Amino acid sequence: MLVYILKRLVQGAITVWFIATATFVAMHAVPGDPLRGDKLANEEIRANLKARYGLDRPLLEQYELYIGGMLRGDFGLSYTQENRRVNDIIRENFPVSATLGILALAVATLGGILWGALTALYRNRLPDVVIMFFVIVGISVPSFVIAALSQLGLVTLNSMFGRSLLPVAGWGTLWHMLVPSLVLGLSTMAYLTRLMRASMLEITSSDFVRTARAKGLTPTQIFLKHQLRNAILPVVTVLGPQIALITTGGFVVELVFAIPGLGRYFVDAVQQLDYTVIMGTTVFYGAFLVLMVIFVDILYGFIDPRVTLE
Amino acid sequence: MSRAALRQLLVLGGGGVLGLVLLLNLLGWASSLTNNGAAPLPAVDFASRTITTSIRDEPPNLDSTRMKDQYSIMIADHVLEGLLRYGPSGDLQPGVAERWDVRTTGATFWLRADARWSDGKPVTAHDFVFAWRTAVDPKTASPYAFILYPVKNGEAINRGQRPVEDLGVRAVGDRVLEVEFENPIAFFDKLVASQTYLPVREDFYRSRNGRYAADADDLLYNGPFKITRWVHGASLRMEKNPTYWDRGRVWLNVIDIAYITRDAVARLNLFQDGRVVDVDYLPGEALDGILRHRWPLHRYNDGSIWFLELNFRPGHVTTNYHFRRALQLANDPAELVYKVLKTPSYTVAESLFPSFLKGEHGLFRQEYPPPPVKTDVAAARAELELAKRDLGVTELPPLVLLVDDQEPAISYSEYTQEYLRRTLGLDVRIDRQNFKQRLAKQEEGDFDITLFGWSADYDDLLSFADLFASWNANNNGAYKNPQLDAQVRIAQQSLDPHVRFAAFAEIQRILIEDAVIIMSYERGVMYVQDARLKGVGRRSIGASTDYVYAYLTEGR
Repeated sequence: MLVYILKRLVQGAITVWFIATATFVAMHAVPGDPLRGDKLANEEIRANLKARYGLDRPLLEQYELYIGGMLRGDFGLSYTQENRRVNDIIRENFPVSATLGILALAVATLGGILWGALTALYRNRLPDVVIMFFVIVGISVPSFVIAALSQLGLVTLNSMFGRSLLPVAGWGTLWHMLVPSLVLGLSTMAYLTRLMRASMLEITSSDFVRTARAKGLTPTQIFLKHQLRNAILPVVTVLGPQIALITTGGFVVELVFAIPGLGRYFVDAVQQLDYTVIMGTTVFYGAFLVLMVIFVDILYGFIDPRVTLE
Repeated sequence: MSRAALRQLLVLGGGGVLGLVLLLNLLGWASSLTNNGAAPLPAVDFASRTITTSIRDEPPNLDSTRMKDQYSIMIADHVLEGLLRYGPSGDLQPGVAERWDVRTTGATFWLRADARWSDGKPVTAHDFVFAWRTAVDPKTASPYAFILYPVKNGEAINRGQRPVEDLGVRAVGDRVLEVEFENPIAFFDKLVASQTYLPVREDFYRSRNGRYAADADDLLYNGPFKITRWVHGASLRMEKNPTYWDRGRVWLNVIDIAYITRDAVARLNLFQDGRVVDVDYLPGEALDGILRHRWPLHRYNDGSIWFLELNFRPGHVTTNYHFRRALQLANDPAELVYKVLKTPSYTVAESLFPSFLKGEHGLFRQEYPPPPVKTDVAAARAELELAKRDLGVTELPPLVLLVDDQEPAISYSEYTQEYLRRTLGLDVRIDRQNFKQRLAKQEEGDFDITLFGWSADYDDLLSFADLFASWNANNNGAYKNPQLDAQVRIAQQSLDPHVRFAAFAEIQRILIEDAVIIMSYERGVMYVQDARLKGVGRRSIGASTDYVYAYLTEGR
């Protein structure tokens, strides 16, 4: 078990190194000067700026500096947020994304498993049709539409009651999180519902369920021990990447609800060619993703005794 | 089976909901850790003299020696003060300097005795000397170092050819600042109102170990307000500075920037919900909703002028005068502004010098009107034939139009493509790039025509006039004209306003008559503002929004 985890971690480290290198190459291959504003300064000023950020050195040397800094856990100074270290940006803004993400994920997982099981139980009957309709809506309508619509809904609601029931945007209290996390978790919930429904249906008609029934187990026991536990496996599998995705990728939700999460920095950095922030956030996200996948694989072993970790 | 299973599901769901409630409490506690302040007040609060508002972007750099962006400049205008500052009606007023004397070779500023930093120590002439030296120091790598080049040796120091101590500024005691010029300059008083000339106190700057201005307590304040809370990317709260010398003129106690988001619709929703006192940079699409709510709509020029820049490098058809003239005659900026862009804050551009710039007595554009260009498609077609004859071709190659991948550049380019096809039969290929790549391609000259905008760094026409000088790094089209260069030099060196304005008028004439640029629009900002809020400054140069002298009135 320990050997397995160690092996996976080494593999993960190699993956992260590969991500870092690929990002570095791609970043420098894109045309454009990260230090340039809409006004071009004269040569002296540009040379001074380049020297400040080490961009006047050969590319290989810059690469060494990046990887070296990264090994020491230092992602360097942001190009656009000029006084801030990338480490500070991640440290200050990731918890916000993570908080929102955990809530969204909790809602999504719980909802996904519940609705999925429910649709399977009521296959082709009214609850199934209604829920599956919303699932399709949840998957196909992009999050910026849902975010904007739900915000409009909040404004309308507040003006109907003549006072602010729920905040329209911003961050700071639990009330600020409710709607954004629902919006953020919606597509994941829809996705998990579909996954859960399919695997439930598959398992209901499998041999061991029939055997269990023949043995004379109560429907409750069959459902809990044999169906749900088996059907939940695919959901757990996708949970790893989903955790990483949802806790870092709420760009649209963060923008619409004015939430100071990491997602905005991630997207802005690419737009602005902010080299250090691109590197920092990509590597951080990559490492997080790899860790989550490893975590889920280990979790797998606990849920399904048939899986052995080696 | 299904009923029992349903019961189980319900139990499971109940447990889940209970767990969720627990999680919510936990997260609520966690979020209170990440935000150590009270929930924002409504947009307007009379009792505490507080306004709440939003901005689009986090101010990325409040270190005045390296500051360059709109929001940092706006915040700096509230929390710092230079020798001079812009007053309620937008005119230059005494700041830290109570009086000053600008001569041809230099200037003297007498500092007031009661100017204080937020830690109670006086603002001295040494703080200016240190700030200016830091800004031109090559090690600082300030993008605005050039704005200090008029100070003697500024440019040489910035090039690393002289030590920073050689900068032509010195403190005579604590309260007199002596400045020596590199060349005579007509608008130095306007330069010292810009952000790069703000004071920085050396001992404090050094005590921050490179983190100067990184957080609220890493900055010393000498302006009307000070930052009391700054959560990066989320909010920034400014409170009245009790040590500010002119605090009697400041009515507001708190300016709470409680929201930071670029989503204009979200900010408008906050306005409707009564959470923010104003919303600026509204897109044209927001107009219908605003009219439906009957919110009063306002506008101001953001100071930028937008035009099509033509490429004068060899091998481009735009080097041909008749071709450029054809584009100029066909150009219909009124149709563009009123029918395509449809944002009421945009206006038709007629000259490189935007309409708000001041002339000798009134507005420059009224004193020196540009030569009129009337849209005339027939004449344009005739010019196009001449161009074809000159170039010896019957069919012109496709034109590459380089633009941004954001609005309004998207609508602009699509309209231009169709318009030039319809009127002149030209084949226009749109090259749409993101911001940084568009800039890179413009600089390399990788275009035939490109949409370009320019705004002033300081309140003088020269900030626009030298754009097409052959030596200007921002002259993307590589336009070279000795006549124009000569006029730019006159405007730079002369101290006689009349001579200078005549030179500006000449530059304006050359740019139009030689069809160097095709005028498009003057960009404006459309905004809504709570009717109870008065006295907000909206400016085209310097801080875009100024709440320093704002106040609240009862009733609507």
